[in-house]
Amino acid sequence: MINSTQSEAAPQGAANFRDVATAHTPFRTGRLLLWLVIAFVVIDFGWIIAHNEGFGWPVVAQYFFDPTVISGLYVSLGLTVVAMILGVVVGLVIAIMRMSNDGLANGFASLFIWFFRGTPLLVQLIFWYNMSTLFPEISISIPFGPTLASWDTNSVITPMTAAIVGLALNEAAYMAEIIRGGLISVDRGQAETAEAFGMTKGRALWRIIIPQAMRSIVPPTGNQLISMIKATSLVSVIAMADLLYSVQSIYNRTFEIIPMLLVAVLWYLLITSVLNLGQSYIEAYYGRSERRNAGVAKVEAATGEASH
Amino acid sequence: MTVIDTARPLVQARNVHKAFDHLEVLKGIDLDVMPGEVVVILGPSGSGKSTFLRCINHLEAIQKGFIEVDGEQIGYRLKNDRLEKLSANGIAKQRRKIGMVFQQFNLYPHMTVLQNIIEAPVGVHRESRKDAIENAKQLLNRVGLSEKVDAYPRQLSGGQQQRVAIARALAIKPKLMLFDEPTSALDPELVGEVLATMRDLAKQGLTMIVVTHEISFAREAADRVVFMDGGVIVEQGKPEDVIGNPQHPRTQSFLSRFL
Repeated sequence: MINSTQSEAAPQGAANFRDVATAHTPFRTGRLLLWLVIAFVVIDFGWIIAHNEGFGWPVVAQYFFDPTVISGLYVSLGLTVVAMILGVVVGLVIAIMRMSNDGLANGFASLFIWFFRGTPLLVQLIFWYNMSTLFPEISISIPFGPTLASWDTNSVITPMTAAIVGLALNEAAYMAEIIRGGLISVDRGQAETAEAFGMTKGRALWRIIIPQAMRSIVPPTGNQLISMIKATSLVSVIAMADLLYSVQSIYNRTFEIIPMLLVAVLWYLLITSVLNLGQSYIEAYYGRSERRNAGVAKVEAATGEASH
Repeated sequence: MTVIDTARPLVQARNVHKAFDHLEVLKGIDLDVMPGEVVVILGPSGSGKSTFLRCINHLEAIQKGFIEVDGEQIGYRLKNDRLEKLSANGIAKQRRKIGMVFQQFNLYPHMTVLQNIIEAPVGVHRESRKDAIENAKQLLNRVGLSEKVDAYPRQLSGGQQQRVAIARALAIKPKLMLFDEPTSALDPELVGEVLATMRDLAKQGLTMIVVTHEISFAREAADRVVFMDGGVIVEQGKPEDVIGNPQHPRTQSFLSRFL
């Protein structure tokens, strides 16, 4: 009662003053101070980097598009793409095996994940590279029977194949767990519905379960892809001419270690930034059934009830 | 029942037993459903009625007895006079003549309404896409949702989603439709539209088995009402008898809660 009489008694202008549309943000001195401090630190840091000759920026510029660096870049990218694709495919198979009721499949998948996730990638790479010490020959034969075909291990396991196999199998173990997590996150009723409609398990997975699982599979997979780009630098230890190996080969000659490492760092950053963009597009794609919600909901409110 | 003795039942269930671990849910169910018949199964929660429905298309495996749909024992086949369990894909084939509507609708959320409806006809029944779309649009018209063809399930109300789910089940031209508490997840004001759609289907001679709590639907649309309690069929008959004049005390006490 008191309130209402007050507002009635108040002059017309008072109501206008209370309209939030007229509100302004007061000047925040503390915030400005913080900005100034940060700006100062950043400029100072930039100045240090620009004036430290050790960074050798002219050298960085000179070698940025050097043919050796570019070919190393291609190797790193190619390796990433091939290993990632193999890793996802094998990972999907392992994930499905891991979820099956079949003891054999489940057991194999668990063993695979246990081994390849449980040992360092670097060790795995060196292991594959030195496969010939263990098995000098690789052959296809009937167990305890005649040999059908055989190859010299060193001719099959080149640095390239060792790198691909090592990276892909390791990746598969991680991807299997990511994909399994995604598949589990899909409502149980969806698989049941697909089943009730007479879909085969394969079709239910491909058409119903996986598309829904993608929303929770894509973000960690983006993470994995970025880790993979960086993990390819490990293959330099098995004499694979990737980006890191090629800058190393240059600074071993010129001793410009820091500038050449900067070349590699900048390229790695460039690639991962592009991948980040790609990831957000893919996420938007798989979130589309969710996103359009807002737009059509309004139309719905207007037309929906009239129809029934 | 005497009138249709000559016809062969579409669904035959004999002495069906089902237990989850040590909890016995079905303790010997016998039920015949004739072609074109609408059977409504009533009963308190935990009476086993949903489980029984899910056993009919083998979403749940039974442990004793048998269930036959359209002359085929779902989940099994006779080979050299011995009963053999079918593979998952073998069961999938048998299920293709049975439509099912779920309590939680279970529309595929990543697909539009149209895609939801044509998924099984095109992908499972190998219908041409053009025919399937044509048929889907007719079905949507029938459930009164023509203008929702391109909507995603999330953009629809619960009642609309369930009507789409009914259209989706009809799209496979089923011989038998199973409804598993189709209105239980709906707000009260949305129940009517779904029941009206189901009543239409009943009038058109579709064979339906409906598990529900909607007594009024049972009274109006059912050819036969089956009352289940504690994993057995307690009483069955014409709706006016079972609902109007229940004989068994458990049926009486169940129905008295709705009056």
